[in-house]
Amino acid sequence: MDKPNPLQAATPGASRRNLLKTSAAVLGGALAAPLVARRAEASDTIKVGSLLDLSGPLGSSGLGMYQAIQVGVEEVNKAGGLLGKQIQLINYDTQSNIQLYSQYAQKLALQDQVAVVHGGITSASREAIRPVFDRYKTLYFYNVLYEGGVCDRDIFCTGTTPAQTVQKLVPYALSSWGKKAYIIAADYNYGQITAKWMAKYTRDNGGSVQSVDFFPLDVTDFSATISKIQQAGPSVVLSALVGSNHTAFYRQWAAAGMLHKIPIASTTFGLVDEIHTLAASESDGIVTSYGYYQEIDTPASKAFVSAIETKFGSKIPYISELSCDNYEGFKLWAAGVKKAGSTERMAVIKALETGISIDGPSGKVTIDHQTHHVIRNAYLAKAVNKSWDVFKSYPNQFPSDTAAVCNLIKYPRTDKQYVIDVKA
Amino acid sequence: MALTGLLLFNTLTGIATLVLICLGLGIIYGMMKIINLAHGEFVMLGAYVTVFAANAGVNLWVAMLILAPVAVGLIGLVVERCFIRFLYGRIIDTMLASWGLSLAIIGIVTSLFGNTVRGISAPLGSFPIGHYRTSLYGVFIIAVAVLAVVGLYALLRMTRFGLVVRATMGNPRMAAALGVAPPRIYMATFALGAGFAGLAGGVLAPVSGVSPVMGAAFIARAFITVLGGGPAIITGTSIASALFGSIDEFATFLTTPVFGQVALLLAAIIMIRFLPQGITGRVFRRSL
Repeated sequence: MDKPNPLQAATPGASRRNLLKTSAAVLGGALAAPLVARRAEASDTIKVGSLLDLSGPLGSSGLGMYQAIQVGVEEVNKAGGLLGKQIQLINYDTQSNIQLYSQYAQKLALQDQVAVVHGGITSASREAIRPVFDRYKTLYFYNVLYEGGVCDRDIFCTGTTPAQTVQKLVPYALSSWGKKAYIIAADYNYGQITAKWMAKYTRDNGGSVQSVDFFPLDVTDFSATISKIQQAGPSVVLSALVGSNHTAFYRQWAAAGMLHKIPIASTTFGLVDEIHTLAASESDGIVTSYGYYQEIDTPASKAFVSAIETKFGSKIPYISELSCDNYEGFKLWAAGVKKAGSTERMAVIKALETGISIDGPSGKVTIDHQTHHVIRNAYLAKAVNKSWDVFKSYPNQFPSDTAAVCNLIKYPRTDKQYVIDVKA
Repeated sequence: MALTGLLLFNTLTGIATLVLICLGLGIIYGMMKIINLAHGEFVMLGAYVTVFAANAGVNLWVAMLILAPVAVGLIGLVVERCFIRFLYGRIIDTMLASWGLSLAIIGIVTSLFGNTVRGISAPLGSFPIGHYRTSLYGVFIIAVAVLAVVGLYALLRMTRFGLVVRATMGNPRMAAALGVAPPRIYMATFALGAGFAGLAGGVLAPVSGVSPVMGAAFIARAFITVLGGGPAIITGTSIASALFGSIDEFATFLTTPVFGQVALLLAAIIMIRFLPQGITGRVFRRSL
């Protein structure tokens, strides 16, 4: 007790009584923690945490994801809940602010003591909260397509990775339009790493990369770039541009009359409703590859779309892979809990590692024990008159990029994101 | 040759865009010394007015050239009456107030219209320069920028209103002694500045991703340009736009967009070091 009290040092005016009160509260909290934990276990609801940006620049991505997990939770609750208990979804709006991610992650783990957290949109946000959930032993699902390489037994990544999508998109583009590629990408870790994969697959398929240009997220004027691209004269433009400012590229590209001159293939276009907000004359012919499109014509997909439309009205944003991943991620976790017969973290992880699969809107989705990623379908689609024409599907794609560096069966204590060494 | 032509055209478009974005700020900051951090949001509101009016069936040109500036000018009027008029002469306080205002506008627009990207496609199509193609809409942007500069110049230089405005900005007490009501002139000037911001938003709407947060992409460049321009708002803003617009365009073309931005900032830092009062603090001092 003779150590200087930091509280007192920070507030010189703090009285002895305040100090006593604070210490008592802290002490009381420490003693009460196990009690609270026990009560949480015994209560009749299961708490599920969610961290999504519902406002700020990323709010348009988060909104659809939040709708999807709400639908998932409602379905499970209507069917009698999990282990006889109802699920209570606790979401915090992280407002496109990384600081809030760390703050709310601690709140979910320590105060709300949730059984699992589904959330994070950008790779930056995931890397901010992953250590928090590791530290406090909270199970974490990251349900977004991303650049691959996360290797951590405490997390499950249910979105597609470049081996599942870029590997299909680039060969299609090169064989349909020609071998010269011009790569444009957003200037943060997702864009940088995805651009490397694009370059790698271009070379693997006998193509050549003319240039790789990165754009900070606040760039709105693309005229110099459009001139550069015209000067280089590629056979295809590969785009990993991100965010509302970058939408301007497609507008200016079409305004310059380039849309039907040089085709565009993208790993990001259409994830946040671009297909509705751009005119057909600005988007027609753009080809993308994702793990899900709302046009997919299976009963599960149709049921998913109509469930969201019934709950939130038909004027909702396009239901993209982001929404689908979040829904399927939640359903995978629920299947894990059922199999484990408990919401206890290790029990659920072990149950999921047996290779659980569910039939989601995108088709069959299976957990891969080795990488904690998923084996899932991938699709190629082309924008036609403000909707996606899904013209090719690749069933049961393996996350082979992450598998090349990550083996959680052999080394279960791994905890890092490998930057996959792409020879670019 | 064709490439040079294309680059020149792009540079002109870039300069015109910058001029449009900066004129409103030039009036509000340069003349009134109000650090209006909500300038980007005024531009955003202009873009929203245009998109909604055009989608509601209003003629696109009417929407962007008339409705957007008038609507945002009126919003500026309300803002001036409710907040700004209490803060004249308190330059730091205006910063705080207008920053709060910018957050509030973003919040209101987001809750009313949702956090999604909207837009209208650019009219006019494209035209060839040699074997390159570029947007005919760029010609329109250049034309609007030129007309806006000339119009503002004529307004301030040749009309009685312009004379009164300049007198009030120069010496409000003297103007008041001569029978002018400075509060009214301030109000009108602020609305005028907001109106120009609205015009910029309207004209840029077809080539931008229109979203509640789009203002943030403009605000820094606008302030750098207006500060670089110095006290003579029209001449200064035009020269600074020409300088920064060319640097940005050429650096981006020759290197990458990242270095384009770096080059722009570097140029601004060097200029502020040698011309702390801005370009027109040293040359063209007597211009407008």
